[in-house]
Amino acid sequence: MSKELIRLQDLCMAYDDEQVLDHLNLYINDQEFLTLLGPSGCGKTTTLRIIGGFVTPTSGDVFFDGVRINDVPPYQRKINTVFQKYALFPHLNVFENVAFGLRLKKVPEKELRQRVMEMLEVVSLKGFENRKPDALSGGQQQRVAIARALVNRPKVLLLDEPLGALDLKLRKDMQIELKKIQQQVGITFIYVTHDQEEALTMSDTIVVMDGGHIQQIGTPEDIYNEPKNAFVADFIGESNIIDGVMPRDKVVKMYGREFACLDGGFAENEPVDVVIRPEDIDIVPVEQGQLVGTVTSVTFKGMQYDIIVDFRGFKWLIQTTDHSPVGARIGVKIDPDGFHIMKKSQYSGMFGDYSSYSEEYDELSDAEALDAEEDTDAQRREDGYAE
Amino acid sequence: MRNKYVAFPYVGWMALFVVAPLIVVVVYALTTRDGSLTLDNFSSMLQYAPVFGRSFFLALLATAICILLGYPMAYYLSRERGWLRRMATMLIMLPMWMNFLLRTYSWVFLLERNGLFNSLLESFGLPKVNIIDTSGAVVLGMVYNFLPFMVLPIYSVIEKIDYRVIEAAQDLGANSAQVFRRVIFPLSLPGVLSGITMVFIPSVSTFVISRLLGGGKELLLGDLIEMQFLGSAYNPHLGSAISLVMMVIVLVCMGIMNRFGEGEEEAMLL
Ligand SMILES: Nc1ncnc2c1ncn2[C@@H]1O[C@H](COP(=O)(O)OP(=O)(O)OP(=O)(O)O)[C@@H](O)[C@H]1O
Ligand SMILES: [Mg+2]
Repeated sequence: MSKELIRLQDLCMAYDDEQVLDHLNLYINDQEFLTLLGPSGCGKTTTLRIIGGFVTPTSGDVFFDGVRINDVPPYQRKINTVFQKYALFPHLNVFENVAFGLRLKKVPEKELRQRVMEMLEVVSLKGFENRKPDALSGGQQQRVAIARALVNRPKVLLLDEPLGALDLKLRKDMQIELKKIQQQVGITFIYVTHDQEEALTMSDTIVVMDGGHIQQIGTPEDIYNEPKNAFVADFIGESNIIDGVMPRDKVVKMYGREFACLDGGFAENEPVDVVIRPEDIDIVPVEQGQLVGTVTSVTFKGMQYDIIVDFRGFKWLIQTTDHSPVGARIGVKIDPDGFHIMKKSQYSGMFGDYSSYSEEYDELSDAEALDAEEDTDAQRREDGYAE
Repeated sequence: MRNKYVAFPYVGWMALFVVAPLIVVVVYALTTRDGSLTLDNFSSMLQYAPVFGRSFFLALLATAICILLGYPMAYYLSRERGWLRRMATMLIMLPMWMNFLLRTYSWVFLLERNGLFNSLLESFGLPKVNIIDTSGAVVLGMVYNFLPFMVLPIYSVIEKIDYRVIEAAQDLGANSAQVFRRVIFPLSLPGVLSGITMVFIPSVSTFVISRLLGGGKELLLGDLIEMQFLGSAYNPHLGSAISLVMMVIVLVCMGIMNRFGEGEEEAMLL
């Protein structure tokens, strides 16, 4: 089952003198759902384009099924792509766009018609067969692009942010649909997204990239629970990342206090980054708290409240279902498995760091304060009219 | 709101220089010398049917040759980058900056019985050929003069085709020939259609080319019309009628072609 299908070996890509991919090494198993995740401009599309055959890497090799395919043109690769910018054929209607690949393969008309219609059903575009792409919304075009690639039942499907233009509900539906197709038909998916939730829910393997480097490869659980560095911890979910030291195994020291944790294997008194997920923090009465702080802002997020708590000038994000008013003194408690200890890296201090974090939220709360002022303004005006 | 007023000068211009002359032409075509209404101008045109036939045939031939020459030219031009492309565009445009008469005269000089071409042949010990004063020379003149009007619209349409669409076709398994046939060619058709219009219409109505290169032996529509206004057979009423009929035929042809152009996309799929 988990046979290696694609291997990227020492891949480098440079445009002019900008190094876009820097010695990328990655292998992708047959029938795997692998997601490339990273911020804009980190080289995700470039990686896909190399696998698809649209650009030749500056150096390094691409292997498919053990064969080096650097020089194989795109049309001979058993790979189809859902392009980031859709790239639908403007002169063809929806039906013919989807049928394009099948017509090239000379699939008999009857089978072709059936497969295209099935596919249109899957992406809920039945009834749109005769529309031209420019008469479709962005989301509809995106779904045509998905159908156009999927209908060929390729061995590997490259998807470049295929759900980016869809609304939340449709996106969730399509996520489930894509995952189902991937499992049923047994296609290898190489999926690009910068939506970390999408990556976590759909993938077998996540590859976190930044600046042309792979930061971490792992299952969604690995990536979330055991981030390798501050970048990954910050990029996947919300994280409080705090400077600490490891006096000894299973004990981490921060704010001059020692906390029990589960990690070990560090040198004595090694400086580390401590990750605490906002949902792993329990709010307790002040006298039971391991740390005591002041609530500086509360944001209602639907499922939970996002609370920013000030601990001696450092601000943490806590997610909780209990409401605590701004200005309240609260205690917090963190279980040993709520700590994740990381070695220091080039990213230390850049992410999930209280100062930048608090700035972010300060801006937010400033905006809220303004809103509040406007509200009272409006109130005053209404009062005036009432008179 | 403002747009309406901005359009006024153009509407005025069109009324003055397009509609008014057209009305004059229609009036002339429907009247005799002494001003009474008649259809004789049209019925007497029958004798000129061969001229119509020859004109349309030569213009069609020239247009077809322009497509065959111009399309590949435009295609390679649009794929070329840098100085080569600028240079080639320049070379195609260059003759258009020269006077039309001058250009055509230079062909006379080249093709004459004792012209440059024949002198060259002679110097190699080959027999002279008769090119000047044949239909062939007329078609040559049309192609030479109007080829840029075929190349440029096709070039600009192909140039604008999104390369990502071409990548998408390759991705779906199309080799270069299939990419061309199924994507580039259908997407370039609007350019071809406007090229056809821009070559065919001046070709069918030209009189300079046929006069200079055809030796005036075989009358074309342009010559015929010109003769009615300025030449020996002075009869503006007949001339107007011929112009009118020619215009209607051209319009009908263009109309049919544009319909065909719209249907083309579907036709390409079959
Ligand atoms: N054709 C090109 N010429 C020059 N630079 C390029 C080219 N294509 C991409 N780049 C550069 O390579 C870098 C990576 O681009 P890439 O498209 O792979 O990013 P991405 O991870 O897909 O980002 P996004 O999430 O915004 O789509 C960017 O800095 C981009 O400017
Ligand atoms: Mg991209």
